[in-house]
Amino acid sequence: MSDHEYTPKSNFGKWFNDRLPLLTLANHLTDYPTPKNLNYWWTFGGILTFCLVTQIVTGLVLAMHYIAHADMAFDSVEHIMRDVNYGWLIRYIHANGASMFFLAVYIHIFRSLFYGSYKAPREIIWIIGIIIYLLMMAAAFMGYVLPWGQMSFWGATVITNLFSAIPLVGEGIVTWLWGGYSVDNPTLTRFFTLHYLIPFLILGLVVLHIWALHVPGNNNPIGIDVKKPSKDTVPFHPYIVIKDAFALLMFMIVFAFFVFYTPNILGHADNYIEANPLVTPAHIVPEWYLLPFYAILRSVPDKLMGVIAMLSAIFILAALPWLDTSKIRSAVFRPLYRQFYWILVADVLILGYVGAMPAEGLYLLIARVATAYYFLHFLIILPILGFKERTLPVPLSITEPVLGGSSNLAAARDDSRLEKLK
Amino acid sequence: MKKFLKLFFYIFFLTPFLTQVYAAEKVEYLTTDWSFKGLFGKFDRSALQRGYHVYTEVCSSCHSMKYLSYRNLAQEGGPEFTEAEAKAIAASFEVTDGPNSDGEMFTRPGKLSDKFVMPYENVKAAQAANGGAYPPDMSVLVKARGGGVDYIYSLLQGYEDPPAGVTLDDGVYYNKYMYGNKIKMANQLSDGLIEYSDGTKATVEQMSKDVTTFLMWAAEPHLESRHKMGFKAIVYLIILTILVYFSMKRIWSRIETKI
Repeated sequence: MSDHEYTPKSNFGKWFNDRLPLLTLANHLTDYPTPKNLNYWWTFGGILTFCLVTQIVTGLVLAMHYIAHADMAFDSVEHIMRDVNYGWLIRYIHANGASMFFLAVYIHIFRSLFYGSYKAPREIIWIIGIIIYLLMMAAAFMGYVLPWGQMSFWGATVITNLFSAIPLVGEGIVTWLWGGYSVDNPTLTRFFTLHYLIPFLILGLVVLHIWALHVPGNNNPIGIDVKKPSKDTVPFHPYIVIKDAFALLMFMIVFAFFVFYTPNILGHADNYIEANPLVTPAHIVPEWYLLPFYAILRSVPDKLMGVIAMLSAIFILAALPWLDTSKIRSAVFRPLYRQFYWILVADVLILGYVGAMPAEGLYLLIARVATAYYFLHFLIILPILGFKERTLPVPLSITEPVLGGSSNLAAARDDSRLEKLK
Repeated sequence: MKKFLKLFFYIFFLTPFLTQVYAAEKVEYLTTDWSFKGLFGKFDRSALQRGYHVYTEVCSSCHSMKYLSYRNLAQEGGPEFTEAEAKAIAASFEVTDGPNSDGEMFTRPGKLSDKFVMPYENVKAAQAANGGAYPPDMSVLVKARGGGVDYIYSLLQGYEDPPAGVTLDDGVYYNKYMYGNKIKMANQLSDGLIEYSDGTKATVEQMSKDVTTFLMWAAEPHLESRHKMGFKAIVYLIILTILVYFSMKRIWSRIETKI
């Protein structure tokens, strides 16, 4: 991976490193050549790692006090809030941490979309990322069930019931998921188990995500291949480390604001009412980060088709590297794509908005149009755009972006031309 | 740096927008100058004590508060009754304990460690006594209602005669802030209903404000330490951010590029 062979200085270091090359790994991580033009949108990778660790650590402490039983879960959460030392702090960090995690992951994903980070040779990084995102949604959903409030219970009922749309075996699958004939204690205990497991799966996938990243190296705002190491790159430490730290601290200020001053604003009030199978809430709404998909689900009149549409909306992302036919990565040099990109951002925000509204009248109509556009963007617009769009000239390197360069990416990739420019 | 401020702005701007999404039904609630709002918000100690008074005299005959103990009344950040006062309050209640060595349940005066005594044995008994409606437990009530404190404050003052054309069944009352306007709780507060020991005039507005403040504390007993810690944490983070910013400038000045 790195261009030079690393040898530890001390004899013990050499002895140890020959047997387990941990020092080589550490050296690779600190020296890792990173494009020097990365902007702040690139700091969200580090921020996401922080979010994951925060969730795992606070979750671990919560699990020491939480009781996964239908009769005691709600009480045990109140016990944490009132009588456990700093329990309120730990729970509010964990609950808001989920929202901050999704906020960061959405920025991270949309950064990829803007700068074409999913394109060759980074398809595997992208697909692992999508799997992480899926697991995050599963973990967040199950986590929301654990306090056993009204939204927990009814959210779990609605989401697990989606499986009943599967022909023939659907009903059986739902009973199997529930561990009975309704959402009840067995459902809660298995959700707790899975909620505890998934973050560690995510952790493993994050390692793969970073490993896969370190093979081709980072994409960058102008989306060209960077020769590494060169004057276009800086070592990860200290340059990127300090920049990530700065961005992370800014992020933590926002995070702290939510935790200390508006800890419940992102949750639903109904979840402070203990679960009651006999009373259905007026509106069953998922957490904000799932709303766009909820809108897609409800915009299709048929249940099975709705579920298929919702799942496709996520899985379509995995096919993105092949749906986007443009050879140019960065939207900076794609004037048309840039406009469609912002339309897509608006489309997803609109979906999120209507997802929180009752599925009727104008809201339903908007949801349908927005859903149709979402698929149109990925299935029609992106493939065609790659062939039709007149892209702007791409620079040859990060350090000489003003030299004009060529719109031909092959030329941009040509190392010999790069050498001549130096 | 300019770009970063832009990004920061987006985050700050977009998240509240997203959260607004939840405020689906917009009803104009009454509000008042809550002492516990804002960066340095604290509970008004005497309002909490008066609020507890309203709760025991009025609400507690139907509404339980199962997550509170008498010891909480003397806790820091709460009504802060003295320990002797809290003990006296606890002792004024009869608590069922047991079984004793004969296997019998018995009653004794309450202790600080006891939970607030429940008005009914169970939910069914509560429903039977209230025309089928269960008076909700009040421990986290403020957090369990969309409008929060403003909603509770308004509801207590929202009773009026039903408008023409609205007929109410027996035991159902009209309240302009209730979802659907029909509520099974009769108007409980009237001017001078109770007598405050600190001489404050017990108007409906005053009692609503006091009891709502008390309910807010009951739902968020650590609100004061949360606000205190939050301010310290954010100031600390801001200072650290500034230091890291200048370190970053210094480190990046070694190479010619903008960040």
